[in-house]
Amino acid sequence: MLGFVNILLGGIAYGFVLFLMAGGLSITLGLMGFANMAHAALAMVGGYTAALLIGKAGWPFLAAVATAGATAALTGAILERTLFRRLYQASELEQVLLTIGVVYVAIAAATFLVGPEQMAIAVPAWLDGNLHLGPVDLNRYRLFLIVSGLVLLVSLVRLIDHTTFGAKIRAAVFNRRMTASCGIDVDKLYALAFALGSALAGIGGALSVKLLGLDPNFPIKFLTELLIVVSVGGLGSLRGTFLAAMLFGIIDVVGKYLLPEIGAFIIYATALALLTVRPQGLIGRPR
Amino acid sequence: MVARRARWTAVEIAFWVAAAACYFLFPAKLVLLTQMLIGGLFAMSLDLLLGYGGIPSFGHAAFFGLGAYAAGLLAAHGWGEPLSGVLFGGLAAGGLGLAFSSVIAKVRGAAVLMVTLCIGLLLFEAASRMPWLTGGDTGLQGIDMWPLLGLFEFDLFGRTAFWYAYAVSFLLYLAARRYVHSPEGLALKGIRENHDRVPMLGVSTARRKMIAFTISATIAGMAGALLAQTTQIVALETLSFERSVAALVMLIVGGLGTLIGGFIGAAAFIWARDVLSALNPVYWMFWLGLILIALVLTSRGGLVGTLALLADYLARKRHPR
Repeated sequence: MLGFVNILLGGIAYGFVLFLMAGGLSITLGLMGFANMAHAALAMVGGYTAALLIGKAGWPFLAAVATAGATAALTGAILERTLFRRLYQASELEQVLLTIGVVYVAIAAATFLVGPEQMAIAVPAWLDGNLHLGPVDLNRYRLFLIVSGLVLLVSLVRLIDHTTFGAKIRAAVFNRRMTASCGIDVDKLYALAFALGSALAGIGGALSVKLLGLDPNFPIKFLTELLIVVSVGGLGSLRGTFLAAMLFGIIDVVGKYLLPEIGAFIIYATALALLTVRPQGLIGRPR
Repeated sequence: MVARRARWTAVEIAFWVAAAACYFLFPAKLVLLTQMLIGGLFAMSLDLLLGYGGIPSFGHAAFFGLGAYAAGLLAAHGWGEPLSGVLFGGLAAGGLGLAFSSVIAKVRGAAVLMVTLCIGLLLFEAASRMPWLTGGDTGLQGIDMWPLLGLFEFDLFGRTAFWYAYAVSFLLYLAARRYVHSPEGLALKGIRENHDRVPMLGVSTARRKMIAFTISATIAGMAGALLAQTTQIVALETLSFERSVAALVMLIVGGLGTLIGGFIGAAAFIWARDVLSALNPVYWMFWLGLILIALVLTSRGGLVGTLALLADYLARKRHPR
């Protein structure tokens, strides 16, 4: 029984890792409607920044994670200004192809710059080991992920639902021209929102390295998982993304434990079934 | 209602003549040329969906790979007759396409991409988790082909394989041409142009989309079967996400909604991959990425569009009005 509780906790922690990475995608793809396949590539930028800063430059963990977020935000903002902004009005397919192109360039660049090997990340002593809570041993790092995920969820929901910035974004997505004619600088707003999504990708990527590992194929390996989480959750709904991330984290870990020979099959079958029944996602507006 | 006979364009004729001529011009490159034809057939199957129906598929390799495994398994288990193998691959993939087509017909927009993506991932996982059937990561081996029509042995140089792939691709090209110029195909184009207005004409969009998806899956499966038979191995990679993306790239490089565009795009893509990945596989990824970005930012009409403009220009030069 206790073993199963630990597996369940592992699933929840994995769900939080997924949410940390998918939270940003929920803004760029879910809210702004930009089919951003390069999200996991931005997470990789964050992951490498943090791993290299800690490993090579000896930075403290939290500073490295924050810098990872900033680096990813900058990368995302540059991509948005130079490439993505031209395609906000284009078809999903064109957005997909352009951003997949960015993914391929990113994989090649990472292989060239850092090499094809797996990269590990060192975590500080206060995140290492277990916390004993009665009969249950909680891995400190997992606990840290869960807390970070909850903080992210609460602040994002507050930002999108309860601030002027969030209201402006929602207005611009709903009707771009009308919003612009209200004197809101939609261009700047989109750039900011995109940078925010990218920053979250970077932070999520940096925090996920310890659990998922990091190599140049990261952008493709986790792209599909993140896409599924955001679309099953429901485009435009952060709560949906969170729910889907939890669902998938738990199903994946428990499924791989109970039926290891089937692997990720359960996840994809569940996603397909859910999308068939509810194409708009678990919590999502029908479009 | 009788379908109007569509006229053959210069580009179409030129492609099929050039493909045949390549057999004599580049006898050392027959394996590559065969792959170009098969890649072209696969890209054309996607064109029926995307170029004519406006339905993007992000996991079309599911049908390509399923066809390859079906034909490969049939041959590995004692029935190496090529033509029935291709039909078997097509049937298997078409059956799966039919099974999923009602879902595809129901969803729209980004959800189509996600559903097709899931179908692709599902098949990939299934194949990699059943090594006793599919060979897993090492691929399906032991494919023993019988002579084509009982006469032509598959040889080491790929001579039989080339003409076999050429003939099957050409016949399926003719069939696809008939389909897109039939009332059925016209209705499909109507769906692409204005999805909401087509039902007002009394045409069921769901039915048309289901038919198109099933036909497309069948042809993709046949292309996969051809690959399995001519290379005598089925790698897990035939089901991969990268393979689906490659088909999209080939199609868009060549030109959407032209049928021949898929073939021209595949030839360009496979040739470029052959040259560039010989230098270094990492460079190939880099260039592939740049090509994709450039394509989306610049092109309208792909290579076929460019070739048609060129042909138009030459024709006008010869017969000034």
